[in-house]
Amino acid sequence: MESLSLTALEVESLRLSLWVSGWAVIGSLPAGIAIAWVLARFKFPGKILLDGLVHLPLVLPPVVTGYTLLMLMGKNGHLGSLLQKTIGLSFSFNWKGAALASAVMAFPLLVRAVRLSIEAVDQGLEAAARTLGARPLRVFFSVTLPLIMPGVLAGVILCFARSLSEFGATIMFVSNIPGQTRTLPLALYSLTQVPGGEAGALRLCIISVVLALLALVASELLARHLDRRLKG
Amino acid sequence: MLDIQVVRQQGSFRVDAAFRTQNAGITALFGPSGAGKTSVINMVAGLSRPDKGRIVVEDRVLFDSDRGIEQPPEKRSIGYIFQDGRLFPHLTVRGNLTYGMKLTPHRRRYIGLDQAVDLLDIERLLDRRPAKLSGGEKQRVAIGRALLTSPRLLLMDEPLSSLDEARKEEVLPFIAKLPRAFLIPILYVTHSVNEIQRLADTLVLMKAGKSIAAGDIHEMMNRIECQSIIRSDAVTTDAITDWRTCRDTSIS
Repeated sequence: MESLSLTALEVESLRLSLWVSGWAVIGSLPAGIAIAWVLARFKFPGKILLDGLVHLPLVLPPVVTGYTLLMLMGKNGHLGSLLQKTIGLSFSFNWKGAALASAVMAFPLLVRAVRLSIEAVDQGLEAAARTLGARPLRVFFSVTLPLIMPGVLAGVILCFARSLSEFGATIMFVSNIPGQTRTLPLALYSLTQVPGGEAGALRLCIISVVLALLALVASELLARHLDRRLKG
Repeated sequence: MLDIQVVRQQGSFRVDAAFRTQNAGITALFGPSGAGKTSVINMVAGLSRPDKGRIVVEDRVLFDSDRGIEQPPEKRSIGYIFQDGRLFPHLTVRGNLTYGMKLTPHRRRYIGLDQAVDLLDIERLLDRRPAKLSGGEKQRVAIGRALLTSPRLLLMDEPLSSLDEARKEEVLPFIAKLPRAFLIPILYVTHSVNEIQRLADTLVLMKAGKSIAAGDIHEMMNRIECQSIIRSDAVTTDAITDWRTCRDTSIS
């Protein structure tokens, strides 16, 4: 039985992972919806470029993304030092950095899910809402957003699950600091590097699989439920 | 009073319509599919912008390209009943009905929820979702939803065309009641002769993007030249001379 109970370090990494992923989702959701909206509804020069930029983390080696973040958002990076100076926000070697790395890596999944659902919205309904006296902002919150909710929730869950499994960009950008940036996958990796860590690694491995599976099942159930609601 | 003059180029199709009606009641925009009828009322509603022209409802100028006036759709007080209903699927019938009503200031409302529900006989539908309604029920709810914003003009875009004969008979009387009950003008798009005979007070004939004649329904129906156009259902007519004489003899 003893081999099934988690050590304090493992619990910490699990807690940190959930925390980091939660913030990754919360932080990227508004931007994700906004960019999905722009990509779904507007034609403009450079649209392909923006689309490519959003999807880049999906195809780049995660280390490259991590290294780019380090150069850009690290203590000596242009953006990083600017944020540090102006609002005292630092991403270097702390959990916020881990959340940022997770958010960037999961962003394409979020945008993709939301964009597809925005494209599926009948714009005639939005026009109808305008004729009923609603301004564009109200139309968005009272018609568009409820209609794309299934897509948004699916995107949120995917984004959360992807954040839980983030490894390469995180270790490159904010290293592997217990309690700060050692999320579940990093803890698993660390355990495999020390003698006698196999049992712990296996436990974390099982937790990862269960969490990911739960997320996928939850997303599917939610989508079905919302679909039923819309169809009456 | 309605005074509408709009010009809009849509690809290779040019809409160039101008007509004016004095009385309330139902003005039918009549013509074959593709005559530009829907384009015209979309411009009146503010859902698309004329390249040039002027749209006046009663004493309010909603659009005037010369004076740079353009009211957004939500400021026009125009109710729009779409061909396909366009009820919000995520709201109940009650939620749909009150969506625009809640955005209308109390002092401007001339009809309340109970009155509209009675008039359209939709009491028992209130807690249902649009997906569970029949076509005729959907259109009645759509009429109620538009009416509850207390509009100064109602636009109807072939509101019966997606319904079978029995459903048409179910909705038609409600539409016929509206102008007298609330003294609001209705601009009614159709290509059905039956509907104009039963509903219209004024007729505007449209073809290939142009308004070619307008006038009182009885006068128009009695003019031999116009009659032949209307009777031919205006769909396949090749009687160009009839179009010309109809236009030239009808009152402008």
